[in-house]
Amino acid sequence: MTNPSMALQALGDPTRREIFECLARRPLAVTDLANALPVSRPAVSQHLRVLRNAGLVMMRQRGTRHVYQVDPEGVEMMRQYLDRIWDSALASFKAFAEGKNQ
Amino acid sequence: MIGKTNEVVRKELMINASQRRAFQAFTEQMDLWWPRAHHIGKSDMKEAVLETKPGGRWYEVGVDGTECNWGKVLVWNPPHKLVLAWQVTGEWRYDPNFVTEVEVNFIEKGPNLTSFTLEHRNIDKFGAQAQEIWSAFDSEGGWTGMLKSFAAIAETEATAA
Repeated sequence: MTNPSMALQALGDPTRREIFECLARRPLAVTDLANALPVSRPAVSQHLRVLRNAGLVMMRQRGTRHVYQVDPEGVEMMRQYLDRIWDSALASFKAFAEGKNQ
Repeated sequence: MIGKTNEVVRKELMINASQRRAFQAFTEQMDLWWPRAHHIGKSDMKEAVLETKPGGRWYEVGVDGTECNWGKVLVWNPPHKLVLAWQVTGEWRYDPNFVTEVEVNFIEKGPNLTSFTLEHRNIDKFGAQAQEIWSAFDSEGGWTGMLKSFAAIAETEATAA
């Protein structure tokens, strides 16, 4: 399940963010990522696991290769994100509207 | 009216203020309560502006003076109802062809009590461009900015709690 706080946590790590941003440009295999970044293959795999659990990245089998790409199901996450934006904005609005009312 | 749950964000509040006051605070004085973390511009936000008229612009002004559009006023019916177009895409950019609606209603419950509802709908439209959303996350206004504001919200909420 996609979960914004899991996603936030997953992307709190700079290396994972870099991996995610690489995958946002195009789908890649573990080897490609290990070559492109100063990170070992096992470390890349470990980071990919966290990104997959957070619903940010998905894996596809392409021949014998496992190719990773970003998960296109961004809608639910966007909804939850907007939900939080409005929660925070409206809490502030309520406090302001009531405060100025004497 | 109420769309499918995965397409709509719906909020209800009781405001201890008159209908007129609540409407004025939400619109004319948006800048005074809009959280500073919620902005799309590259520089920090100086001001949130809602032009209080039909077709009025809704935008932010950065500390560097740049204006970034958020959307516009679709329905202006003070002090009862307001419909705004939220035209900020999942890429966190303004797109004049992208419209999601934010409907806000103020219902008088007493001289000093207003029922407030907000519905942000058409969120499914983000689905149509989900692929673009994700592929644009390496942009400057994209994921990094989103994370920053997300973290700021989380912190605000933690402090408030």
